[in-house]
Amino acid sequence: MSFRDSRFGEVKVPLAWTAAVALIVAGVVALALLMTDRRETFQAEAYGPARQAADGVLAPVGEVLSAPIRWIGAGVNGVRGYFFAVSENRRLKRELAEARQWRNVAVAVQDVNERYRDLLKLRTDPPIPMVSARVVADSRGPFANTRLANAGSEAGVKVGNPVMSEEGLVGRVMGVTRDASRILLLTDTASRIPVMIDRTNARAILTGDGSGHPQLAYLRGRDPVKVGDRVLSSGDGAVFPRGLPVGTAVRGVDGTWRVALDSDRDAIDFVRILQFVDFSQLVNEAEMAASDRPPPPTEPPAPPSTGPGIPSRTAAGQPPPVKTPAVKAPAAKTPSTPPAKAATAPAKAATPPPKPAAAPAAKAPAQPAEPPQ
Amino acid sequence: MRPLHPLRWIAGPMLMAILATWLLTVPLKVFGLQLPEPVWALAPLFAWAVIRPSILAPFAVLAMGLALDQLWGGAIGQWPVALLIAYGAIFAARPGLVGQSRPIMWAWYAFACALALGAAWLIGLMDAGGRPQVVGMVWQYLATLLAYPFADYLIERFEDADVRFR
Repeated sequence: MSFRDSRFGEVKVPLAWTAAVALIVAGVVALALLMTDRRETFQAEAYGPARQAADGVLAPVGEVLSAPIRWIGAGVNGVRGYFFAVSENRRLKRELAEARQWRNVAVAVQDVNERYRDLLKLRTDPPIPMVSARVVADSRGPFANTRLANAGSEAGVKVGNPVMSEEGLVGRVMGVTRDASRILLLTDTASRIPVMIDRTNARAILTGDGSGHPQLAYLRGRDPVKVGDRVLSSGDGAVFPRGLPVGTAVRGVDGTWRVALDSDRDAIDFVRILQFVDFSQLVNEAEMAASDRPPPPTEPPAPPSTGPGIPSRTAAGQPPPVKTPAVKAPAAKTPSTPPAKAATAPAKAATPPPKPAAAPAAKAPAQPAEPPQ
Repeated sequence: MRPLHPLRWIAGPMLMAILATWLLTVPLKVFGLQLPEPVWALAPLFAWAVIRPSILAPFAVLAMGLALDQLWGGAIGQWPVALLIAYGAIFAARPGLVGQSRPIMWAWYAFACALALGAAWLIGLMDAGGRPQVVGMVWQYLATLLAYPFADYLIERFEDADVRFR
């Protein structure tokens, strides 16, 4: 029996009223969805399965849709290269001459840097692995600035990974599927990045507002920034590694300090996703686990003034060697591993010859002085 | 005359609006400028509210809003709420709208766009804690206004298609 034939079939409800009820129901559903959204938390579980499924579909289709654009772009570049080959050749020769001068400076500076690192036993950050990906979709409205890249969890990408172009920082990964990842750009209203001014070391929070030039908020100090200052990631809060190029400080029309992003100079095609999660991954876990811990004390430790490994001011009647503070410096710089090694050194001097397993640990203090990256 | 089928006046335009939005997410820069990003969904939304009352239309608006959130990577629920506010306003004003001239309808469409973008701006302000830039919003508003011929085409085609709502 159909609905029309039943006794309720005679009930007539004005369509306008039922449409209004449908509107209210849809509104309640929309509000509930808005309340439960947590995209700004950058947690993997906050990026729901619906979004993951949608991105999983959008990425391959977007790749197909953007293919003609890439072909046209490559064709235009080819034509431009043909017609402007002479002027480009002149420009490149000029740049090469400048680069040669900079290369000599860089070699000298690198040499000095390595010697300083040797002297200070400074531990530098190891290189961070990265994944290259192609951008297949790009949203650029005032409310959401994101890109979809065609590398996902299968390539080792995780939520929170920083993303760079050839020129500078682009943003960070806010959601990952198997084959795609959604990148929140620095210009999005939900983006907050700790940065520093290269010249003054002043800290600020780079705050996106949907415009092309994100704002420098919470700047501290007197005249901390000037027009043209380089802005880098500060590494504060373990969000990004320190020193990634972000852009150049500019004064906005509203009088606020803003940043002209380096990544804007580049075409929107390829990005590099740095597989950086936080600073704990920079520590060599294997080395920490293998390090020789000091044996438990069998007798009360001797007073520091009579210890064999520490020069005594009263016994020698001389000031301590000048090198002593330099040995302590790495411990202050690297709180995780060096303190343990510093603690092992005096203990080994008073104990029998080390076991074979202790040999790497005995050599360990020399490792931080290896050339960086 | 048979009643107007929802596939013709709701599902079809909805898919076209989503497809147009999707096409404009292609990463392309021409002479350093990026493609415009109009809110295509506002055109069918305006037409649906004018053509006739419908139970399905609000849910189609909800689906279009969710599609925008997915395509643009914004907060889920931002565009559904913003679009439903605009739809509700035009739907409430429908008795006075029907039969108006094209420029007047365009003005009402501009009002609906302003309402939706204003609501999205407020939601963005509350959700992300940052103030979305007004200049960017104005550009998106102007680009969306240019999508009115799509709404006008839908109104002209379907307004008289169902004899019960003439």
